[in-house]
Amino acid sequence: MIALPTPDPSVLARREAIVADLTRLVGAANVIAEPARLKPYETDGFTAYKRVPLAVCLPDSTEGVAAVLRYCTRNGIRVVPRAAGTSLSGGALPLEDAVVIGVARLNRILEVSVEDRLIRVEAGVTNIGVTRAVEGEGFFYAPDPSSQLACMIAGNIAMNSGGAHCLKYGVTANNLLGVTLVTPDGEIVELGGGHLDTPGYDWLGLICGSEGQLGIVTEATLRILRAAEGARAMLVGFRATDVAAAAVADIIGSGIIPVALEFMDKPCIRACEDFAHAGYPLEAEALLIIEVEGNEAEQDALLARLETICRRHDPLTVRIARTAEESAAIWKGRKGAFGAIGRISPDYLCMDGTIPPARLPEAMRRIEALSRQYGLMVANVFHAGDGNLHPLILFDANDNESFARAEALGADILRLCVELGGCLTGEHGVGIEKRDLMREQFSPADLAQQARVKRAFDPGWLLNPHKVFPPEFAQAA
Amino acid sequence: MALATPIAPENEGALARAIAEAYEAGVPLAIRGNGTKESLGRPVQAAAVLTTRALTGITLHSPSELVVAARAGTPVAEIEASLATKGQHLIAEPPDLSALTGPGEGPQTIGGVIACNLSGPRRIALGAMRDHVLGVRAVNGMGEVIRSGGRVLKNVTGLDLAKLVAGSRGTLAVMSEITLKVLPKPERTATVMLRGLDAARGIAALSAGLGSPFGVTGAAHLPAEAASRAGLGERTATLLRLEDFADFIPRRTQALAAALGEFGPAEILDEGPSLPLWRSVRDAVPLGVGDGEAVWRASLRPSRGAAFAEAVSRAFPARFLFDWGGGLVWVVGPATEPAHRSVTEAVRSAQGTFWLVRAPPALRAAVPGLPEEPAPLAALTRRVKHAFDPKGILNPGRIFAGV
Ligand SMILES: Cc1cc2nc3c(=O)[nH]c(=O)nc-3n(C[C@H](O)[C@H](O)[C@H](O)COP(=O)(O)OP(=O)(O)OC[C@H]3O[C@@H](n4cnc5c(N)ncnc54)[C@H](O)[C@@H]3O)c2cc1C
Repeated sequence: MIALPTPDPSVLARREAIVADLTRLVGAANVIAEPARLKPYETDGFTAYKRVPLAVCLPDSTEGVAAVLRYCTRNGIRVVPRAAGTSLSGGALPLEDAVVIGVARLNRILEVSVEDRLIRVEAGVTNIGVTRAVEGEGFFYAPDPSSQLACMIAGNIAMNSGGAHCLKYGVTANNLLGVTLVTPDGEIVELGGGHLDTPGYDWLGLICGSEGQLGIVTEATLRILRAAEGARAMLVGFRATDVAAAAVADIIGSGIIPVALEFMDKPCIRACEDFAHAGYPLEAEALLIIEVEGNEAEQDALLARLETICRRHDPLTVRIARTAEESAAIWKGRKGAFGAIGRISPDYLCMDGTIPPARLPEAMRRIEALSRQYGLMVANVFHAGDGNLHPLILFDANDNESFARAEALGADILRLCVELGGCLTGEHGVGIEKRDLMREQFSPADLAQQARVKRAFDPGWLLNPHKVFPPEFAQAA
Repeated sequence: MALATPIAPENEGALARAIAEAYEAGVPLAIRGNGTKESLGRPVQAAAVLTTRALTGITLHSPSELVVAARAGTPVAEIEASLATKGQHLIAEPPDLSALTGPGEGPQTIGGVIACNLSGPRRIALGAMRDHVLGVRAVNGMGEVIRSGGRVLKNVTGLDLAKLVAGSRGTLAVMSEITLKVLPKPERTATVMLRGLDAARGIAALSAGLGSPFGVTGAAHLPAEAASRAGLGERTATLLRLEDFADFIPRRTQALAAALGEFGPAEILDEGPSLPLWRSVRDAVPLGVGDGEAVWRASLRPSRGAAFAEAVSRAFPARFLFDWGGGLVWVVGPATEPAHRSVTEAVRSAQGTFWLVRAPPALRAAVPGLPEEPAPLAALTRRVKHAFDPKGILNPGRIFAGV
């Protein structure tokens, strides 16, 4: 287990007065303090860790967020920003002596401009809510995390989230034009706007992926894109993981950048097939789902080229969708992958390390060896084109020893990703989960530099503390 | 500018030592590659010049992983040539602005382009230079080597200092090595050209094109004078670029031209004329900048580009070039404070931003080269600068006076 701090007794002792102050600042309707209503906020998508917060504030305006943040900073009270709470790294995990500031009630669409290809939203709008607001015009919002029905733009920005289509369209940072940020001292600043590129410091680049360490985002301006004429998928089953990895390298090397290039290993294929009956080849050791875009003729041409490349790798099966329905059938298993694994084992840890794609065969071999060594099953499903792995470690949550082994195995997998030239997290963030592993990827000088930037925004180190930074770097100015 | 021989470290260790010594002694340094971008900021008062020009060489190119890495002083042209041998290119097509800024002391370096976050026409479709920075190694103002990011395409580990350092024009840290995402070079380029539209109609056509599903990767509008300088004759030219597989281009150009029917008949330029035309748009050559003139680069919502240009034209006789679908407006005018004030004012009412990229040193020293930040943001700028460079020895005053 990762060490969490003992709460500050002086803050706990002031609880009633703090709740009264918060109520005065944003109104009773926007403050939650009863234990039963606080319970749902005790964790996020990383459910192994739970802490009931001091109170939850759900302001309905940027000014409300600013008032609460200023109050907390002045009074030395810790703050945990929260959006939908789907973080898989414990980024939104509360602390007992902290006030959670949530953006769930900041959920209005403020403006859609097709001519400027942008949308302005409050940060509590869901990811899918953005695409729904513009799809009538034939547009979409590109970053599409699998959690898109629930997760919110604020969380996407804080984690710099990606999705299945980011090989072609990029992650959140590449689709963000502006944010309204409330700094810890309660100042409201506008970063970026409706235009591209600002010649001062790249605040947007810094805020994106900063995991609630620097301020609270209350509004965002996002790029929207015109949807392609059409898309179609193919599925290829291979005899060995190495062979599938070689096919991935050949595809990218050929000059075709598919809009999606997803990889599944045998345990995952089996789980998905049992669950979704998508017709996946059970004898295959690895499977690729490849999607291309264009009009019908272009799709045909690209799929034919991809088929030629894959055939060079002696595939067991090649299935090319001819219609949208056949594409959907190919995607069906993949989209249900996490649910399918959940059926085999209700508890799993989802790792998120990235490796250079050329190291894929070695990574898969060594993850398998680690899985045997720890005696826990690992299923792999991931974005192959960019090397962002998602090994799912299956364990039994009722058994503390099994959880401890799962955590240790996960840490070894992430160390392996770093050793192979990759990183700890491709899209889920460091949060609490990978905080102590940061020393594996960064030198003390690297981490000290990041900590100084954090302190430039949050000198009191009150905003989302105990996350991202190993404890020895997490110090107030 | 300092006159002593520049310090030109040949490896990262020497770079770190040079900065550590300057830190100990409290000696401010002017940071440069080959000095091609001298006019892109305020003149720096420094005791010595530190150049990355001896830190050269491509350190990694893995075509199937879409990554290239090079030391900061490597000429951009060398990287482009090397990528081309494997059919790849730099996604944001960084411009060569020597037509505006003069030649410098050598070819522009990758460090300089990243430090200024300069992108060409493809920025509108595929992101800016900073979007493709996967990782940097750099030395901060205390002489410490720091790393951020890495060599993989997806990485959210820790604060993204790589993006912060990119675009910071040498004021936070001196980059020693940069890793970038690259893409396959498209097989074929073509241009759909509309003639005789005014700026507002031209930008409306660009918006319609960028809102089409045909994959427009360049969208520029050239007023008559610029069109003429680009060899297109004395009529405005509205240009939409397509880059794709060769067998897709004929259908896509036809479909795009048809979708833009309401803007008049389209002319299709094939690859031969398209490549040099887009290179000249990229490099802002059609502006035809002359002695005594200043150049501003305004970035705003495309729908406000035409009104912005009109507002500037009311203040002084200006020339323009519109890129990024009308969201990037190059402005040429007299290098005077009143002209600068007019641009500043017009940008403010359009709620955009600007960058003074060419002017005599006296003007660059006298006026802010970009919009002044509101007080809370200016305070953050100072604190972040201090977090990297506590003694203020790296390019002091380059972006903001006193920072
Ligand atoms: C089933 C499932 C599938 C997933 N699939 C993907 C995927 O495909 N790709 C992917 O990238 N992720 C995925 N995730 C992870 C998660 O959904 C993303 O990280 C998401 O962006 C989190 O959004 P959220 O609204 O739930 O944020 P939260 O979990 O509430 O918060 C996330 C982080 O943001 C901070 N934060 C929240 N609001 C603010 C604010 N207003 N200002 C500043 N900081 C703030 C929090 O403190 C926390 O650190 C998945 C998760 C699940 C459960």
